[in-house]
Amino acid sequence: MALVVPGPRPAKRVTVKRKRGAFTPLLLLAPALLWLGVFFVLPTISLASQSLQSGSTSSGYTFTWEFSNYADAVVRYWPQFLRSFGFALLATLITLLLGYPLAWFIAHRSGKFKTILLVLVVAPFFTNFLIRTLAWKIILSNEGLVSTVFRDTGITSLLQMVGLLSTDTLLGSPFAVVAGLAYNFLPFMVLPLYASLERLDLRLVEAASDLYANGWQSFWKVIWPLSLPGVVSGTLLTFIPAAGDYINARLLGNIQTSMIGQVIDGQFLTVMDYPLAAALSFILMGTIIVLVGLYIRSAGTEELV
Amino acid sequence: MAVGTQRKAIGELRLVDLRRTYDDFVAVDGINLDIPPSSFFALLGPSGCGKTTTLRMVAGLEEPSSGRIFLGADDITNTRAYQRRVNTVFQSYALFPHLNIVDNVGFGLRQLKVPNWRVKAMEALELVKLADRAKQRPRQLSGGMQQRVALARAIVNEPDILLLDEPLGALDLKLRREMQVELKRIQSEVGITFIHVTHDQEEAMTMADTVAVMRAGSVEQLGSPAELYDNPATAFVANFVGKSNLLPIEVGTVGAGLVKVASHGIELTVDSAQFPDGQTTGLQLGIRPEKLRLITDADATLVNRLPGQITDVSFAGVSTTYLVKMAWGQEMEITQPNDGSARAELGQSVTIGWDPHHCFVVGA
Amino acid sequence: MSAVKKAFSWVRKHLVVFAGLLVLAYILLPNLVVVIFSFNKPDGRLNYTWNQFSFDAWLDPCGSPGMCEAVGLSLWIAVVATLVSTVIGTMAAFALSRFRFRGRAITNLLVFLPMATPEVVMGSSLLTLFVAMGVHTGRTTILIAHIMFTVSFVITTVKARVASLDPALEQAAADLYASPAQAFWKVTFPLAAPGIGAGALLAFALSFDDYIVTNFNAGASTMTFPMYVWSAAQRGAPVQVNVIGTVMFLGAITIVGVAQLVGARKRKVDA
Repeated sequence: MALVVPGPRPAKRVTVKRKRGAFTPLLLLAPALLWLGVFFVLPTISLASQSLQSGSTSSGYTFTWEFSNYADAVVRYWPQFLRSFGFALLATLITLLLGYPLAWFIAHRSGKFKTILLVLVVAPFFTNFLIRTLAWKIILSNEGLVSTVFRDTGITSLLQMVGLLSTDTLLGSPFAVVAGLAYNFLPFMVLPLYASLERLDLRLVEAASDLYANGWQSFWKVIWPLSLPGVVSGTLLTFIPAAGDYINARLLGNIQTSMIGQVIDGQFLTVMDYPLAAALSFILMGTIIVLVGLYIRSAGTEELV
Repeated sequence: MAVGTQRKAIGELRLVDLRRTYDDFVAVDGINLDIPPSSFFALLGPSGCGKTTTLRMVAGLEEPSSGRIFLGADDITNTRAYQRRVNTVFQSYALFPHLNIVDNVGFGLRQLKVPNWRVKAMEALELVKLADRAKQRPRQLSGGMQQRVALARAIVNEPDILLLDEPLGALDLKLRREMQVELKRIQSEVGITFIHVTHDQEEAMTMADTVAVMRAGSVEQLGSPAELYDNPATAFVANFVGKSNLLPIEVGTVGAGLVKVASHGIELTVDSAQFPDGQTTGLQLGIRPEKLRLITDADATLVNRLPGQITDVSFAGVSTTYLVKMAWGQEMEITQPNDGSARAELGQSVTIGWDPHHCFVVGA
Repeated sequence: MSAVKKAFSWVRKHLVVFAGLLVLAYILLPNLVVVIFSFNKPDGRLNYTWNQFSFDAWLDPCGSPGMCEAVGLSLWIAVVATLVSTVIGTMAAFALSRFRFRGRAITNLLVFLPMATPEVVMGSSLLTLFVAMGVHTGRTTILIAHIMFTVSFVITTVKARVASLDPALEQAAADLYASPAQAFWKVTFPLAAPGIGAGALLAFALSFDDYIVTNFNAGASTMTFPMYVWSAAQRGAPVQVNVIGTVMFLGAITIVGVAQLVGARKRKVDA
């Protein structure tokens, strides 16, 4: 028969030593952390130091707490900064607007075509994005279908009214740059949105309509809040690279649409004013981190990507 | 470690002062248990009582903060899960989704390098009547089937002890009843010690030879299902294992035979054998609903009687359950078999009575 | 209900499908143009307007000087970078999702930061480091840079997969006599494999596609395929560029398609 062994309560207590390796995670992490430390953190520190130096490539650089590099960067290039963030914001909103229905369609309405559709969203990645951006040049050219349709339907005049176009020509305009940015980063928006929406239980929508919510209300009160993690990571994955991008601005825009990436690239590789270039980079990075921090806080999501 | 070799004192498990704390929360507070071989043992308690933590420490999935675990003559406290001849049926079944059914069942045997593992795995599947599903993946099976695969995967290794962590929790009522019978059959067929963790008192009572009722990290009472039901040691056990009506009592001296006590100023009679040793204060008298009778004033066979008024009637086919409100506001629950005797009505004044041998006394 | 009303409600019900397909068309339109223009015989140097159908570029894909070498270099860099970042990224992902240790939060932040940094900043800062250390830029520095910016994506992808696995599975393996190493190779790894594969694919695509970071750290004499396209675009990209673009696009679809079919067949055989 089973019995409770009555033994004295505070019997000899044997403490078990924790032998499960505390070193295992460290060993597993070491290579990746080392790599990121040496080739990401160290360069960032190096960039920070560079941004406070004075001198030139020929005479050499000395560290002089040269904060005027930052003042110089802001004074000379604030229009490019503003334009970069403006274009990136606009492109992000467009990708969200376009990506949401596509992600919903793939997640809940595509049936057995789901995998094929996902492949089609990702596949363009494998064609070099420069080639695809060049294809936009063909699509948006004056003789192209898009230009004709836009002119005939009055979209061109509309875009001129909001300031995204200055002439009849689509290429070499803010419109072309924003459209190119939106196009380039659309898959980065669709995939996290899809991941969020796919997990969403459609019975919740039924429950919402059972509780007297109309279609619009069940979207705003049920679907949208539950898809927020996807929205947050999608917008971040779009906004951050778009703000620093300059390929679209260079290939699809003109001199009036130049973005900050172009300036940094030029200062580093052509003008070779390293301290100014470093200061520009740091302002861009710092601004993005602050904006992202504020955004994540207001969205209330801790979990990233 | 080969299967089938001679084992000493197969499956006798001893827990000595076993304790597990998380930061400042005490999950298991120094429990001592001795579980004999080939028994069906249940750890019963509400969620958070430490029963699952105890089970996981036996499995080797959780390290005790202090205390010892003995399996037969061996101290297994410091061995790892994969070194213990103990297998677990997990609550979520934890079937490997990338392996088919027979590979799932054969997983442990292959680890133990058993040469004819496939034959043995198929035999285990026969035992749970799923041999025809051997080539399928876990997700193609229903919950009940997955449960049986998890069971086959554990017992095929002929462990010294089989641990079952709320194994029937995810099944519907009908399937649960079937599986209870099935588990009992398999246990007597294979003769392995089963330790079954559950919060369902009915499940523990129907299957186990011995039940340990746990509360807040300690064993509150240990005994056979009948002992627990007829003689609960505490008010907690009285209410967790079945339902009880509890009345506070004042006791004079406890002699032999029948003893007079008082509750709310009414004299009642109790068998002195029911009293816990030496305790005379803070006691409660407990009566199970089915031991209470609705009686007429003329009926003199039952010495213990209390007047009251019926406040609720619920009819359940084989029986009817009444709530009877006492003068001091307490509602007593009474279950009467529908054996043709007259039924009482809502609002009716009645007298309830019981036999002095059909009640128990618990400490506070 | 009138026919008009019926039609209207049908359109309303399927609105999201139409919108989705339109957006998909927007995503795929440039690729279609790339495919079509790979069969163009341009009138002059610029391949911007349709002139005449021809197989010329397809029959002579390396006809544009230096291009195939650039593609070869890009493939080599992408393959090596993918291998390295997949291995070290997977290791880190397991550490982050399976262990609790001090400094976990800061590690997660360090993994996230490269994804939150614009390429132009990453590329330029790495260049300042190489310049400061007197390192000559070339294919090795490109490789280093590519491993750096792909490893975070691998870690994030694999981590998500491992986090979605039921920890009871590993415990079940331990319960069934598998040592930690055996449990990893027999249970955790095969279950995490789809995530690792996805991470590797992402790393490959990011590396093969990268222009900005590469351009900063390539030096004067090294040229990857994206750099080739960039410089060619200044004077008019040759048709062969479209051939490579088409091959990569169709190749990716074929590989993923075949993988899906094999997976589906395997499931069917098991059933």
